[in-house]
Amino acid sequence: MKYTLAVLVENQPGVLSKVAGLFSRRGFNIDSLAVGVTEDPKISRMTIVVNGDEHIVEQVEKQLNKVIQVIKVKTLDTAGDFLSCELNLIKVSANAQQRTEILQLANLFDARVIDVSPTTMTLRFAGTPQKGENLMTLLHPYGVKEVVRTGTIAIEKGAAITRKKEA
Amino acid sequence: MISGAEIMVKCLEAEGVEIAFGYPGAVICPFYDYLYQSSIRHVLVREEQNAAHMASGYARSCGKPGVCIATSGPGATNLITGIATAYMDSIPMVAITGQVNSELLGRDVFQEADVTGACESFTKHSYLVKDTRELPRIFKEAFHIASTGRPGPVLIDVPVDIQQNKIESFSYPEKAEIIGYKPRTQGHGLQIKRAIQAIEEAKRPLICCGGGVVLAGAREEMKAFARNSGLPIVATMMGIGVVPMDSDRYLGMIGSHGRSYANRAMHEADLIILCGARVGDRAVAAPEQVAEQAKIIHIDIDPAEIGKNMPVDIPIVGDIRQVLAQMAEKVHYIDRPEWIQSVVEYKKSYVPHGTDREDAVEPRSFIRSLSQLMDDNAILVADVGQNQIWCARNYNVKEGRFLTSGGLGTMGYALPAAIGAKLAKPHREVVAVCGDGSFQMVMGELGTLCQTGADVKLIIMENGRLGMVKELQDKLYGHRYAATTLDGNPDFVALCSAYGLPAKRAESNHQAVEYAKEMLEHKGPFVLVCRVDPDTPTI
Repeated sequence: MKYTLAVLVENQPGVLSKVAGLFSRRGFNIDSLAVGVTEDPKISRMTIVVNGDEHIVEQVEKQLNKVIQVIKVKTLDTAGDFLSCELNLIKVSANAQQRTEILQLANLFDARVIDVSPTTMTLRFAGTPQKGENLMTLLHPYGVKEVVRTGTIAIEKGAAITRKKEA
Repeated sequence: MISGAEIMVKCLEAEGVEIAFGYPGAVICPFYDYLYQSSIRHVLVREEQNAAHMASGYARSCGKPGVCIATSGPGATNLITGIATAYMDSIPMVAITGQVNSELLGRDVFQEADVTGACESFTKHSYLVKDTRELPRIFKEAFHIASTGRPGPVLIDVPVDIQQNKIESFSYPEKAEIIGYKPRTQGHGLQIKRAIQAIEEAKRPLICCGGGVVLAGAREEMKAFARNSGLPIVATMMGIGVVPMDSDRYLGMIGSHGRSYANRAMHEADLIILCGARVGDRAVAAPEQVAEQAKIIHIDIDPAEIGKNMPVDIPIVGDIRQVLAQMAEKVHYIDRPEWIQSVVEYKKSYVPHGTDREDAVEPRSFIRSLSQLMDDNAILVADVGQNQIWCARNYNVKEGRFLTSGGLGTMGYALPAAIGAKLAKPHREVVAVCGDGSFQMVMGELGTLCQTGADVKLIIMENGRLGMVKELQDKLYGHRYAATTLDGNPDFVALCSAYGLPAKRAESNHQAVEYAKEMLEHKGPFVLVCRVDPDTPTI
């Protein structure tokens, strides 16, 4: 089963390597890891998707909490509903005849065409990983040449937020 | 104006550091220059790993973080085994390393090593200092992190230019402010209540005392809890010494090298209270099986330990000293004559292994004799190998301490850790026991022993073998002694004489006891070499 963790960390060099090292050392499997600065420039937020059972996720959470620069860990799946999304850049083979078809597919998935060359088209898609997979399946017959994915980022639904513990 | 190097020394002074163990080199020279001018005592080791072991022995003995220092590159990498040893046993320590000029970082210049990277999995936290102005905050945080919560080593890597750069003024922060670090000390009231209820309902409850009890300084609280509840106690290797071996309800060490009756109690109990124990494989080989038969209460300051190796019914996160004090107050004494009688019977029926010999020193019997000769508050430091188990099983800690590398199992730990312990507690008797294998890993430290004049008594169990591995080869590898014979041993007594250290060699238990008396009466360091039969079993 996949679990999505929101991890607030101090925005300092070395934090990412500490977190990544912890996963490999303890034998936890990361599906994806995305990181970026938050509304507070001193704090970054990592979204980590972990593959494992409940026991493993509990250990991941506890071990992450031991990293000094980790401020807060929240397993979103147990906290309530959340929205997740991933950004995909997809370069697909496309000759003049295929362009319209691919454009239609892109429209169907709310993807944007961000580059066109005589032999390729590049699409930008943002959505759930599942929907991204579906788009990829449909593009497959044309020849998917290159795919770049950011990894999942996630946010809780409604008014709930993940923030640092109040001092 | 004040330089980074001077700031570093002032930070150590502000932390009340009295002694540091280390080995200099080019890029830590600015710091050493100010250390030399300060009142902090520096002990020059002969190899960096031992600086960390000395700091560890020091920290274990007095509870304050030990400080060790090395230069960049090989100095720093040599330190790593010592840092890892401290990490596995949760010892408070601050390690300071010099680093190449910050502008040259990453270019593989002379004596450059990424030590913060290399130590990532062996440190509680680490810093690579990039700005001289950050030194006071970093030192404050480092000491705070090392000594609070679950203690552990913290590494501060300081490039040489950061030590040389000057800033306007120095002020040491009053407290460390780390948003992501707030260790919990108070146990959860409701969980404690549940635990007490479970204990009172249990028919065959048992306390398992781990190293966390020692680290938290909770010896008295543990005794009070045991006394008030009337429960029998077993200990892990790191928990040895909390309860004296001769207490009637104390069953000694559990695990693969433990007492059979202690393990039997673990398997028959219907409730086990794990106190500051991380349930390592050497202590509990089949945690799942134990947890199936017994309800488990686990008290630990580190939430990640709870449920890591053993399924837990009632977790209590908190400082074990506080939790045990609360539990000692709340628990009611319940008479469980059958259970108590059965575990005490097991203990009584046990016949100690090994008897005095005339043709060699029988080490197990000798450790028991030594135990009687030593002061009640003495510190015994055991190395790693057969000698560790001989000590763990046969030495009776009364009011003193038993120190050993329990987690990482680092050979060569005893001599340097004993020097550190003696410097922390100059009025305590300190005895180190090692094998001829482990001693030869660190025998350069005899020089440190002489230079410091630390009154450490060293016992070398000489069997000409790497005994524990040899025993494994006897049992599992058809007596094929691959690389376990120490041909080429020096005459250890002559070696000690070359250092000007008094030394004696015992060939029988009778002689060993006689020399041990002489050793313990002697003022200053003394080495006793005991010739041991290589076929002596570990247990």
